[in-house]
Amino acid sequence: MPEITLTQAPAHIRMGSSIGQPLTRREGVLKTTGAARFAADNHPPGMVYAALAVSSIARGRVTALNVAAAMAHPGVIEVMTPKNAPKLALDPDAKNNPFMFRLDLLQNDRVRYANQPIAVVVADTLEAATEGVALLEPQYEAEPARTGLDSDDSFAPAAVGAGSPAEESHGDITAGLAAASVRMEAVYDTPAQYHNAMEPHAIVAAWDGDTLSIDTPSQGMAMAQARIAGLFGIAPEGIHIRSPFLGGGFGSKGLFSGPQVLGIMAARLVGRPVKLVLRREQMFGPVGHRAPTRQTLRMGADGQGALTALSHHTKTASSTFDDFFEPAANASHALYASPAIATSHEVVRIDTGTPLFMRAPGEAPGSAALESAIDEMALACGMDPLAFRLKNYAEMEPISGKPFSSKALRQCYEQGAERFGWAKRPQAPRQMQDEAGMLVGWGMGTAVFPALMFQGQARAMLRQDGTGVVETGAHDMGQGAWTALAQIAADSLGLDLDRIEFRSGTSDLPDAGIAGGSAHTATVGTAIHGAGADVIGKLADLAMDDERSPLFGAGNAGVIARGGRLHRRDDDGRSESYADILARAGLAEIEGRGTGAIDPAAQAAYAMHAHGAVFAEVKVDPDFGQVRVTRLVGAFAAGTVVNPRMVRSQYYGGMIWGVSFALHEHAVMDKRSGRLMNPNLAEYYVPVNADVPSIEAILVEERDIHVNALGIKGVGEIGVTGTAGAIANAVWHATGVRVRSFPITLDQLLDA
Amino acid sequence: MNRFEYARPATLAEAVAAGAVPGAAYLAAGTNLMDLMKGGVMRPGHLVDISRLPGLDRIERLGDGGVRIGALVRNADLAYDTDFARRFPSVAEALLSGASAQLRNAATAGGNLLQRTRCTYFYDTASACNKRDPGTGCDALGGENRLHAVLGWSEHCIATHPSDFCVPLTALDAVVEVEGPKGRRDIPLENFHLLPGSTPERETVLEHSELITAVRLPAEAARFAANARYLKVRERTSYAFAVVSAAAALRLEGGMVAEARIALGGVALKPWRARAAEAELAGARPEPVTFRRAAEAALADAKPSGDNGFKIELARRIIVRTLTLAAAGTPERMPALPASPFSGAITHA
Ligand SMILES: Cc1cc2nc3c(=O)[nH]c(=O)nc-3n(C[C@H](O)[C@H](O)[C@H](O)COP(=O)(O)OP(=O)(O)OC[C@H]3O[C@@H](n4cnc5c(N)ncnc54)[C@H](O)[C@@H]3O)c2cc1C
Ligand code: SF4
Repeated sequence: MPEITLTQAPAHIRMGSSIGQPLTRREGVLKTTGAARFAADNHPPGMVYAALAVSSIARGRVTALNVAAAMAHPGVIEVMTPKNAPKLALDPDAKNNPFMFRLDLLQNDRVRYANQPIAVVVADTLEAATEGVALLEPQYEAEPARTGLDSDDSFAPAAVGAGSPAEESHGDITAGLAAASVRMEAVYDTPAQYHNAMEPHAIVAAWDGDTLSIDTPSQGMAMAQARIAGLFGIAPEGIHIRSPFLGGGFGSKGLFSGPQVLGIMAARLVGRPVKLVLRREQMFGPVGHRAPTRQTLRMGADGQGALTALSHHTKTASSTFDDFFEPAANASHALYASPAIATSHEVVRIDTGTPLFMRAPGEAPGSAALESAIDEMALACGMDPLAFRLKNYAEMEPISGKPFSSKALRQCYEQGAERFGWAKRPQAPRQMQDEAGMLVGWGMGTAVFPALMFQGQARAMLRQDGTGVVETGAHDMGQGAWTALAQIAADSLGLDLDRIEFRSGTSDLPDAGIAGGSAHTATVGTAIHGAGADVIGKLADLAMDDERSPLFGAGNAGVIARGGRLHRRDDDGRSESYADILARAGLAEIEGRGTGAIDPAAQAAYAMHAHGAVFAEVKVDPDFGQVRVTRLVGAFAAGTVVNPRMVRSQYYGGMIWGVSFALHEHAVMDKRSGRLMNPNLAEYYVPVNADVPSIEAILVEERDIHVNALGIKGVGEIGVTGTAGAIANAVWHATGVRVRSFPITLDQLLDA
Repeated sequence: MNRFEYARPATLAEAVAAGAVPGAAYLAAGTNLMDLMKGGVMRPGHLVDISRLPGLDRIERLGDGGVRIGALVRNADLAYDTDFARRFPSVAEALLSGASAQLRNAATAGGNLLQRTRCTYFYDTASACNKRDPGTGCDALGGENRLHAVLGWSEHCIATHPSDFCVPLTALDAVVEVEGPKGRRDIPLENFHLLPGSTPERETVLEHSELITAVRLPAEAARFAANARYLKVRERTSYAFAVVSAAAALRLEGGMVAEARIALGGVALKPWRARAAEAELAGARPEPVTFRRAAEAALADAKPSGDNGFKIELARRIIVRTLTLAAAGTPERMPALPASPFSGAITHA
C-alpha cells in the first residue's frame, strides 16, 4: 500500500484544528479511479486460484466426493478434502476464549450447516477451479435438519453477546406489573439476516517457510494474526497481513473466518500462493449472520404514564456447535426509566452456521421490538409517543443506577421533533393522506448505543524537517478511518494535516485492536492522541531545558503545540519550531507511543452511551399494502464529532440499514432442508436507491469529559437503532395495523 | 465454468443450423442465461451467440400501423423510443418497471420472452424441481412459496413467469415471429408459453432450434393508446420482480367501454390473459363496480398453491386500480415514470 498523499485544502488552518473539519475521504480518489487495491486485487507471482465447495445439506456427513473427476479436469492442481487437508496445530473446535469461534476446516466429514465448506479445489484458473467444484458431486448421509425457533428444547445461556449476563434485573417486575393501571404484552419477530458487504471475504495467501504473507480484509488484524498463529503453530510475528481497505465489514470480518483459513491451508498444501474469494451465495453460512429472534415485551404504567415495569425476553437461535447469542433483550437496559426492569434470553440450537456480531448486534432487533412496544404502550396510556418517552426519560442508567457520562437525548428529541414537524402529528392512526390517496403515517424511535472502547496502540514520530509520522494498524472499512484518524493524528502533533504521514492498514504497525462496537475511532484516536502527546512532551522537555531556546524555563506555565511550533502558554509570542528544537538537540527524530483503552475508574462510575431520536414518515398504499419510507430525520448526540461529513454518512448508512431492517431484509430458509433459498442480491432484498428517502442527520452538540480524552463516542451503529422501530410505528400510524413481524411486508397490510 | 462450444454465426440461417445441435442454446445478452450457467442450472454444450446477428435490432413501423420489434432490440431502447412509447404506452411502462437500468440496457426483447422462472427451488440445484430435472418432484410445494402461482398451476409445478414486458404484449395480441429449420412461422403470444400440466420442463411451443426473430404488435393495439396502463406491485421500489402486476387497455366510446384488454403478471407460469374480465367490461360503463366485477371474473379460478393466498385478493385490487388508471387516461408524459412516493402534499383528516 503506497503512502497516501494528503491533498486537502488547508481550510482547517484557519480553525486551528483538524478535528471537526468535514474533510472528504483521503482515499476517495484512489477508490473512484480503481487504484485502491482490495485484497482480491493482488496477484503475487505464481498465484493459483482456489474455489470452495460447500454442502447442500444442513446436517449429516459427506460420504463421497468425486475427487478423481475434479482432478482430471484440465487446470486443476489439487483438491483439498479431509483426507489430505493439512493437519492443524490446534483443534479448530477448541475454544479458549469467547471470541474464539469454532471453524469448519476440513478436519472431518461432518456437516453442521448448509453452505459449510466441504472441499477446496485449487487450479490454474478460477474457471477450472469452479468447474472442479462442480465435478465433485458430493454424496451425503443426511440427517433431518433442525430449523426454526421451535425445533428443539431451549435453554438459558450463561452469557449473551460479547459476554454480558443473559439475565439481568432490578426492582420487582411482578409487583411493578401488579401495581400498573395500564399493561401491555406483545411478541415481536425478527428474521435471520446475513452480512453482505460489497466485497465478499477474500484472501491471497503466500507461504515462505513458516512465514506467511496475506492480503485479506480484516476488522481486527492482531486478533487474526493470533488466530492464524494458533491454528498453524507459527509465530504471530511471522504473519504479515495487509488490509488497507475493506469493501465493508459490518462485523462479519471482525473475527477470522473459516474460508479465510482454508485459503491459507490450500496455499500450504500446493506450495504456491493461493487466492480464494467467496461467491455471493457462500456469504450465507460460514461467515456469520444475525440470528432470528422472538421477543416478548411486557410493560406496566401508572395513571400518569410512568412505567412501573419493563420486561424484555428474547428467544433466539444459535448453531449446534458454538455459542453466539444475539443479546436483543439488553436493548432495554439503558433507555427508559422504570422502577422494575427484567431482561432475559433463551436459546435453541439449530442447524445453521454460527451467528455473529452484525451491525448493532442485539441492539438492532432489540430496539425494533422495544421501540414498537413503547409506541404501543404510549397508545395504551393515551399519550403522544414523544411525550411518553419524555415522561419516562432516564436521568440515571435504569439497569445500573449509574449517572450518565453525558446524555443529550433531550436535545435530540427537541431538535429532531422540531425539524420533522412532529408537533402536527395527530394522535390517532389513519388521519393523514397525500394527494394520490396514499395513507401517511409518522412514527418515532429512540436510538441508543453504548460508548465502548477496546485496546489500541499507536506510534508517533516527529522528524527533523518538522513533519510527523503516525502509525497504527487501524482498519478502514469505508467508514473513513483513514481520514478521521489522520485528523486526530495531525492535531496530536500540532501539525497541519499535510505535514503528517499517516500509516495504517497492515499488521506490522502497532495493534489497533478491533474495528467494531463503534469503538474504533474512540480507541485508536485516544492511542494516537496519547502518542502525539508523548512526542510533544519530549520535545517540550528538550526546549524548556535548553537555555538557547525561547521556551527555556517555561516549565510551570507549559507550552502549546500548534502549526509545527511550540508556544509558551503564557506568552504566545515566544515560540520555536519543531525543526529548530530537533536540530539544536542533534536529533533526527523523536518517537512517542500511546494506548487507547477505557478508563476503568470512569467506567465504574458512569454509564456511557450515545443517544439519538429518529422520526420517520411512511406512505402506504391503502389497497396494496406497499410501504415506502418518504422521510427520515435523525438527531444524534455522540460526543466529539471528529469529521462531520464521515459522521453524517455513518448516520445515513445506519438509518438506511434501519429501512432495510423494517421493510426488506429477510433470509428465507427452507424449513425442511435448512438451505437458504435467497442467497443472492437479486432475491435477498436490501433497499435500492429508490427506496431511500430524503434523510437528514442532525449532529447534536455533546461534550463528554469521561469517555476518553477526546470525548469521542461511537457513531457506526447507532443509526440502525431507533430507525426500524420508528418506521414500524409510522406504518401503524398510517394504517392502524400493528405489524409485529419484521420485515413488514405488504401481505401483512392487505387487510388494513 | 463448464466447457461448451461457442459459435457466433453470421446469418440467421447459419444460426438456426447451429442451434439444431442437441444441447445448443441461443445466447442473446445473457442476463438470464449466464446466471443460470454460473449456478449450474443450465449446462448447454453449445452456445450460439446471436447477439450480433444483423437486422434483428430494429423497431419497424409496419405499413398497416403495427410495429415489428426485432428480437435483439434492447429493453431500454424500446421503452425510450418515443414513437413506440406513444403508441404502446403500457408496453413502455412495463419495460421500465422491470429489472434495473443496467439490465434493461442489455436485455433483449427475445430474451425477455424466454427468461426462465425465478422460483428459488429451480435455481437451487440441490432441490427437487420438475422443470429443471423432469420427474424429480417439486420442492416448492410445501416449501417457501409465498410468491408462487395462483392460476393455471399443477401439482407438478407452481412457478410463475417473471416477465413484465410480456404482460401488456399478451393483452395487446402480440405475435411472436419465429425462424426454424422448417422455416418461418407466427405464434400468438397468448399461445406461446405453456402452462405446466405434467410437463413443466416444456415452457413454450417453440421447437428445438427455433429462433425468435421479432415480436409484432398489430395496428389495433395502438387504438388503446389513450387508455393503457401497466401497474406492478413489488417488495421494493425497483430491481424486484412483480408480486402481481396487471396491464389494462381500454377503448372508450361515448363514455362506455367499447373494448377492454387485461392481462396479469406474476400469477401463473405464463402471462395471463383475463378474457373473462374483458367480457365483463365490454359495453359497460367504466366505473368501480364494473372494474371490481371484472377483477372477480379474472380470478374466479384462482387458488393458492401454498402460502400465497394473499396474491388472489391483491391481484383483484391491482386489476381495479389499473383499470381506474387506464380509464383516467394515459399520462401526457410517456413512458410514465413510476409514481414517486416522495412527492405530493399531505392532508390531515
Ligand atoms: C436481477 C435481475 C432482475 C430482473 N428483473 C426483471 C423484472 O423485474 N422484470 C422482467 O421482466 N425481467 C427481469 N429480469 C429479466 C431480464 O429481463 C431478462 O434476463 C432478460 O430480458 C433476458 O434477455 P437476454 O437478452 O439477456 O436473454 P439471455 O439471457 O441471453 O437469454 C435468455 C433465454 O432466452 C433464449 N433466447 C434469447 N434470445 C432468443 C431468441 N432470439 N430466440 C430464441 N431464444 C432466445 C436463450 O437461449 C435463453 O434461454 C431480471 C433479470 C435479473 C438478472
Ligand atoms: S415450482 Fe416449478 S420451477 Fe419451482 S421447484 Fe416446482 S417444478 Fe421447479
